[in-house]
Order: sequence, then C-alpha cells, then structure tokens
Amino acid sequence: MSAAGSALEAPRPPASGQPVVEIERLGKVFGEGSGSVVALEGIDLVIRAGEFVSLIGPSGCGKSTLLRIIGNLIGSTSGSVRVNGKTAERARLDRDYGMVFQAPVLMDWRTVARNVELPLEVMGYPREERASRSARLLSLVELAEFRDRYPWQLSGGMQQRVAIARALAFDPKLLLMDEPFGALDEMTRERMNLELMKIWAQTGTTIIFVTHSIPEAVFLSSRVVVMSPRPGRIARIVDVDLPLPRTVETRESSRYFELVTEVREALRRHDGDEVPGAPDEVEMARIRAEGVS
Amino acid sequence: MSIAAVAPRAVIGSPAARRRDRRWLGVTVVLVTLAMAWELAKWLGGDPWRIHGDLLGMRLDYEHVPPFRWRFATDLSLPHLWSIVGAFGQISAQTGQPLLLVLVDSAIYTLRTALLGFAVGVGLGLGLSILFVHSRLLERAVVPWVVASQTVPIIAIAPVVVIAFGASWQSVAIIATYLTFFPVTIAMIRGLRAFDPRAGELMRSYAASTRDVLWKLRLPASVPYLFSALRVAAAGSIVGTVIGELPSGIPFGLGSKILNFNQYYTTSPERLWAVIIATVFTGLVFVGLVRLAEAYLTRGRYRPLEVVV
Repeated sequence: MSAAGSALEAPRPPASGQPVVEIERLGKVFGEGSGSVVALEGIDLVIRAGEFVSLIGPSGCGKSTLLRIIGNLIGSTSGSVRVNGKTAERARLDRDYGMVFQAPVLMDWRTVARNVELPLEVMGYPREERASRSARLLSLVELAEFRDRYPWQLSGGMQQRVAIARALAFDPKLLLMDEPFGALDEMTRERMNLELMKIWAQTGTTIIFVTHSIPEAVFLSSRVVVMSPRPGRIARIVDVDLPLPRTVETRESSRYFELVTEVREALRRHDGDEVPGAPDEVEMARIRAEGVS
Repeated sequence: MSIAAVAPRAVIGSPAARRRDRRWLGVTVVLVTLAMAWELAKWLGGDPWRIHGDLLGMRLDYEHVPPFRWRFATDLSLPHLWSIVGAFGQISAQTGQPLLLVLVDSAIYTLRTALLGFAVGVGLGLGLSILFVHSRLLERAVVPWVVASQTVPIIAIAPVVVIAFGASWQSVAIIATYLTFFPVTIAMIRGLRAFDPRAGELMRSYAASTRDVLWKLRLPASVPYLFSALRVAAAGSIVGTVIGELPSGIPFGLGSKILNFNQYYTTSPERLWAVIIATVFTGLVFVGLVRLAEAYLTRGRYRPLEVVV
C-alpha cells in the first residue's frame, strides 16, 4: 500500500485539537412498545476541532438521526453527547451550531443579504455588524452582487450557497450539514464541494457532513464514518489522508480511488440485506413517533 | 420557502402592464355582459314602453311590447339601467344636492366607520390567533365559541349593541368588528402554522425566542393567509357597518339611505338601486386598498408569473 508514503508527503491537518463532539454509547429508539424501532445503538465517536467528518451509510442507518441528536433537534434515548464539554441542549442555547439542510430553506420574503443576517438578528447583533458580516460571507460564497435579490431569482446551487453563508454568519463552532448538496446536479455538486473545501480552509470550522455519496465523502473529509443499518451503528471509520488543499487533481489521484473503494467495501460488507427502494422502517417509525418534519 | 431550483428569468417587455390591461378588459367585459343580460330580461319580460316624439324633424313613434310578463323584470323590480344612472343625478329634496354627491358623502361616512371596525377586528383576530397557536388548551376551549359567535344573526345583535353603547358611529363600528375578526382569526390560526417546519428547526438551532419565531417566521410566512382573510374582512366590515347603521338612526351613512329609499321603493326603485351600486362600489374600493397594501408588502417576494390575482 502506498498509504504510508503519501501520508508522509502530506502531513495531516492538526486533527489533534480539542474534542468538540464526544459521543458515548449513544442510543436512539423511535416509538414505544411493539411499534418501536432502534435507530441508533452503541455509537461512540469523538470529533476534534478543525476536523471534517462525513457520516455515510444506506438510508435507515441513522446518520441524519445522529446529526440531529448532536444538533439537539431531537433527544437521545441513552448514552451521552457532549459538545464543547456541554450538553447538546446547552450548546444549542449557546448558539454553537450552524445548520445546513438538503433544501436551502431560505425565507422567500427576505433578500439574500437579509437571509444571511437572519441568525444575526435573532442573536441581537447590531445593524452595522450584521451588514459587514453578511457582506463578508456573501463574498466568501461569491454571491456579493446578489445581495439584494430575492431567493426565487437564484438557482438551486446559489440558494444553497446562501444557506451556507447564513450558517456561517455567526461563526458557529460546529457546522452540521445534512446532505446539503443532495438535491443538486453532479456538476454543481462537484463545484460546491470545491467551494466548501475553500470555506473550510478559510474558517477552520469543525464540520459534520451527512451524505449518500461516497466520492463526495472521500473528497471532503478528514475522516469518513461508515454506518450500517438496523440498528444504526458505526461500521468503520476511514481516515482520509489525501493532501490538503483538495483540488480538481485530488479526484484523479490513485489514493483517492483507493479510499473510495475502501469506503465502498466497508459499506457493502455491512449492508448485505439492503433492498433498494424498500420502505425505510426507521424513517417510518420516526414519522409515527414525531410526525413529519 | 424557495425549494425549487429556479434559474433567473429574463424580463420580457412589461408583463405587469399587460396583466393590468387584461384585468381591466375582463372587468369591462363582465360589466357589459351583465348590463346586456339585465336589459335583455327587460326586453323579453319587462313593462311595455314607447317612444313618441321628434328627432331632427323626423317623427318617431315606436312601441315595444315584450312577449312575456315576468314579475322580476318589471320597472319596479328591475328599473332600466338608464333610470338608475339617471337617479344619481336626481336632486335631493333635503340638501338640494344631486344624489351622486349625497351618496359619495354617505359612502365616505360609512367607509370611515368600516375602517375603524376593520382595524379593531383585524387587531382582535390577530391577537386571538396568536394566543391560539401558542396554546392548544386555549385554542380548544375558545375557538368553538368564536365559531358560534358567527352563527348569531347580526341583524338581531345590531340593535342590542346600538342601545347598549349609544347611537354613535363608534358603536356601529363594533358591528363591523364583529364580522371582521372572525375570518382573520380562523385564517391566521392556519397561517401562523404554515411556515416550513425546517425553518422552524433553523430557528430552534439559533435558540430563537418565541417572540423572534413569531416576528421573523410565523407572521411573515402567514402573509398570504392574512391577506385572503383581509379581503373577506374588508367586504364584511362594509356589510357590518351598513347593518349596524340601520337601527342606529344615524342619518349620514349608506345604511340610512337604504332605509330611506326602501320606503320610497314603490315610487322610485332606481334610487335604492343607486344606493346598492354605491355600497358595492365602496366595498370594492376597500378591497382594492387591501390589494394595494398586499402588493406593496409582498413586492419582490414572489416570482412574477406565480402571482395569483
């Protein structure tokens, strides 16, 4: 294996920072009694400052559920989640999280700039500070000249970039991204991946990223957490030792292909009975338990 | 919420101006059609009439005897349109003004009362709906009574209110409020919950206060619901005001003119019709103002082609 060689050539980023997320023996059960479904079981994971960690796995493996528990959008059933040494709820109330969903979820009554400023308004930043931050972030996502447009005037990829700018506006310590590029076409997606890498390099934010796409996970991450379904567990963690910064050439390197294969095999090994298109029982149980969200 | 991936659309010509032209054309076509149907009914089943006189030295003598006799089409039930138009020019015995001016004055008086009732009713409706979406208990306990309130015949309530609060335009406004708060309450209970649930999660992740969620998410997301309700409420406030004016004895509003011309209906029905037209027009003006307010508040917010009018 050439792994050792390339690792020497390109020193790893300092993933030895402070632990940002510490998950211990985390479990989540949706519903009660006979209708209940175990969504997550025995999850142990530590994510350090500055890491880019992808959660990947087939539908029903609980990767979104895990992300939502970390972000305190839903509670856990057992085990513990500490974020910056606090409970997830405390971290949410301290505004440690930036969130990006699969849909941009922009407010259609606000202009692009005012969408980016929404969290800042809620958090009580003064007007000038809001304006300067939204200006800075919109130029980071290369949408400065669209500041006074309304969301309907933007393409899907541009809307998602606004959503990313909005999530970063208040310098959250942790960026949680739930399949943010899942609704985009392949070309836009690859461009967004490059852009996200640039943003990650510039901001140094810790990112947890849920995805269905193996190439995307490998390209972006410092670690790929492979999950398996029924019940959702961590099957393997693949360290991605591709050099930084990641560029168009990264996708053509042999190490990249090796890692993609490694993740794919880890997924296959733990995913023997996955039936494509079958109703997702975890999702169904979640809907029964909490309603559609 | 803008979820769809939409490319920016090039602006071609001025679609807004063309839409406006088409709307006026539509209104005109409907009006002309109605007028023709009205006069056709009179032609077929109304009272007989004749023209007898001189036109540029030519003797005119024409008599029309309709083939049918319909009660609803007699000059008493369905005066000729030109009689109604003519009624606007009739000089009032009391004031010496043409009826048109009298009606304009009355309409302004009624509109002022309706505006007060509307404002209070919208405020009340908003307040109630905000309470209800924050408390399921309150919603379950009170909403049935809100609904029941609207089954009480307003015609029976109006004299009670006027006697209880005095015969002033402010007490008439209470009747308008009574008809106004209901559509706003019901629509806003729905509208304040109509936001994208993911936007709710976003606000949760910002640790937003209930107040921020209300001001920055619930209320702006409810605007389409609010304005549908406001149009119903605007029309309702005019109806409520006119009904309230009937027992009040106030001689200034459209209600008093309706009462007055009702008594003279057998001699000059066209005057009652003139008041009816004036009342409808007042309602349309009010609803139009609400529309303008909506257009102003939601400017830029929608894709032009998606604007539902």
